[in-house]
Amino acid sequence: MEPSELKRSKDSPNLDESTRRSSFPDEVLERVLSLLKSHRDRSSVSLVCKDWYNAERWSRTHVFIGNCYSVSPEIVARRFPKIRSVTLKGKPRFSDFNLVPENWGADIHAWLVVFAAKYPFLEELRLKRMAISDESLEFLAVSFPNFKALSLLSCDGFSTNGLAAIATHCKNLTELDIQENGIDDKGGSWLSCFPESFTSLEVLNFANLSSDINFDALERLVGRCKSMRVLKLNRSVSLEQLQRLLVNAPQLAELGTGSFSEELTFRQCVELESALSNCKNMHTLSGLWDAKGIYLPALYPVCTHLTFLNLSYAALRSDELAKLLAHCPRLKRLWVLDTVEDKGLEAVGMNCPLLEELRVFPADLFDEEIIHGVTEAGFVAVSFGCPRLHYVLYFCCQMTNAAVATIVQNCPDFTHFRLCIMNPGQPDHITNEPMDEAFGAVVKTCTKLQRLSVSGRLTDLTFEYIGRYAKNLETLSVAFAGSSDWGMQCVMGGCSKLRKLEIRDCPFGNAALLSGLEKYESMRSLWMSACNVTMNGCRLLAREMPRLNVEVMKEDGSDDSQADKVYVYRSIAGPRRDAPPSVLTL
Amino acid sequence: MERRVNYENDLNLMATELRLGLPGCGDDEPQRKTNPSIRNNKRTAPEISEVSSSESSSSITMYGSDDQDSPPPAKEQVVGWPPIRSYRKNCLQSSKRNEVEGMGMYVKVSVDGAPYLRKIDLKVYRSYPQLLKALENMFKLTIGAYSKREGYNGSDYAPTYEDKDGDWMLVGDVPWEMFISSCKRLRIMKGSEARGLGCV
Repeated sequence: MEPSELKRSKDSPNLDESTRRSSFPDEVLERVLSLLKSHRDRSSVSLVCKDWYNAERWSRTHVFIGNCYSVSPEIVARRFPKIRSVTLKGKPRFSDFNLVPENWGADIHAWLVVFAAKYPFLEELRLKRMAISDESLEFLAVSFPNFKALSLLSCDGFSTNGLAAIATHCKNLTELDIQENGIDDKGGSWLSCFPESFTSLEVLNFANLSSDINFDALERLVGRCKSMRVLKLNRSVSLEQLQRLLVNAPQLAELGTGSFSEELTFRQCVELESALSNCKNMHTLSGLWDAKGIYLPALYPVCTHLTFLNLSYAALRSDELAKLLAHCPRLKRLWVLDTVEDKGLEAVGMNCPLLEELRVFPADLFDEEIIHGVTEAGFVAVSFGCPRLHYVLYFCCQMTNAAVATIVQNCPDFTHFRLCIMNPGQPDHITNEPMDEAFGAVVKTCTKLQRLSVSGRLTDLTFEYIGRYAKNLETLSVAFAGSSDWGMQCVMGGCSKLRKLEIRDCPFGNAALLSGLEKYESMRSLWMSACNVTMNGCRLLAREMPRLNVEVMKEDGSDDSQADKVYVYRSIAGPRRDAPPSVLTL
Repeated sequence: MERRVNYENDLNLMATELRLGLPGCGDDEPQRKTNPSIRNNKRTAPEISEVSSSESSSSITMYGSDDQDSPPPAKEQVVGWPPIRSYRKNCLQSSKRNEVEGMGMYVKVSVDGAPYLRKIDLKVYRSYPQLLKALENMFKLTIGAYSKREGYNGSDYAPTYEDKDGDWMLVGDVPWEMFISSCKRLRIMKGSEARGLGCV
């Protein structure tokens, strides 16, 4: 097919249907559409006309399902016959913070059974917040001979036995990515289950696991997988062992080190630094558990090319971070702990002009005698030095309206602004006023804002601002905020692109809930917990909007009329049948 | 600042507060007084009228100026806040522990009726069952299984520990990492006193 012919078929919008059919044989259309990767583009394409709907569904190889209950596996299989890669998300996001009851659902097994029948050539499965058992992993391992990539993020219900099954049976595996899951770690022998003949692994991430693995087996595995580009080790791997691995894998692009704290001799330091300097492709570095400042200079050779540095498990001090960042001019993404304090963040502003994403996590959650952490000063310092900043997640102990106004003035391109002032309902610490003007400044200035998390003392005014200005907002998280139903009503009425709304501990009641009646079908989901919503309000919603699933999770000992936790989502699969007794479907 | 005023009032009342602590364990108070921080980092709920908190158990409890007679605020009263994944919380706790107590985490263990105390290294254990088994072996007694509702009901013994505030807490209620970071000593209570705990 000549490139010019392809271009012509895309650029002829004015032909009538019959002419179109003759210049657009299905194979051509499918060929063109197969170049489309974005699932949103594909959704748009499928709405054009029946021909395009069919061409799209036959050419689609990857399906993304943002809420596993919005559709059933049978419906998916019926519409898309040629899927080779599936991404599925399950539980509501607040399950990460223990707000969702055990056994809530989102079990992968029913999906696997259908996939085994309809997509025997399935290659990739990426799951987020799903429940997955060892039996399911074993079933997966033996049912799909071409299986290549497994990625599990924030999932639970499985143990290292399941991983052993994957390692044993998946002969073509290229990716095993186990991230931040509730995994039952029964030991590291799973890693030894990769057969000696197995050489295809490109991505191996077991940083999540704590048990010791057989290092010899790992060394041999890394040695024979010449295409490996991502290797994220767990804490049990020592610095000395790391050096031995790197010598055999200089092609690595992403490295997660193991523990970074053992005592090294001078010679061992030199060897480590030398091994790292041979890794010319390395652009991402993480791990660095228990990192001791004195060994960080070994990293300098790779720092020059680093674009993503994840120090969120290394409790560095401000001076240690500053020294390290002086060698990282090309950094685009940085994750740190708040042990670096404002001074450390000043160093970020001074050394990383290309920075686009910053995440600052809190270190000491349980120890109240030590006041660490970052304040508004650190954030402001970063904003002066990093004008390209567009993604921030910031856990702090204090903030002011003026600081946020300055920050967004310096960085107007925010797409993701997640600010967590850790003391619920805390006001501006200088003026003692609510933080309304801070978030007002954010939504007024950052017109590209897609995701917003608010915190601190907030009245309905914040939500008036959000409703009026945040026209591109898709995801909003609210906790301990607002004064009345009016706040939520403003958001439901004003944010036309809203897809996900999660609210906890706010004074929003039935009027607020019902103000979004028309809106929920265009959204993925709504979560409201510890608000003023009642069972009657939920029943009314369920009655008025039959295509929504309205689920209420009751807590022990709460009033019968209160709807403690409400989860509302659109679905073409109808109400789910696997809900546990604590979840009521209305 | 309002919070600071409360703080000082609470300290006065603590002197007369009834506690289960062993004699001579009111040592944290001087520490508290000299705490140089201006900001009270305790996760107390502020006095905001806008937030409704009555209905759900996952909402915050109101402390503050209305509540002069209450004990100092507990550490973690809000479920799921701040919004950090448990995996990360657990990692950081054990990370901190490794950093601070490089030499092992020895705490005294007393058993009611025993002539002398023992010491154990908490760092050696990774979970409650492991710890309880070790205690059972060391003292040749049976503690049994923990249940959220009933503690160690059915056993003659109840394992308790003294936390940073000087309060005696039942072993097993809080996440392991949190227990490790706040446990100062252990006491295995026996007999009727122990059974009383089980029914609380």
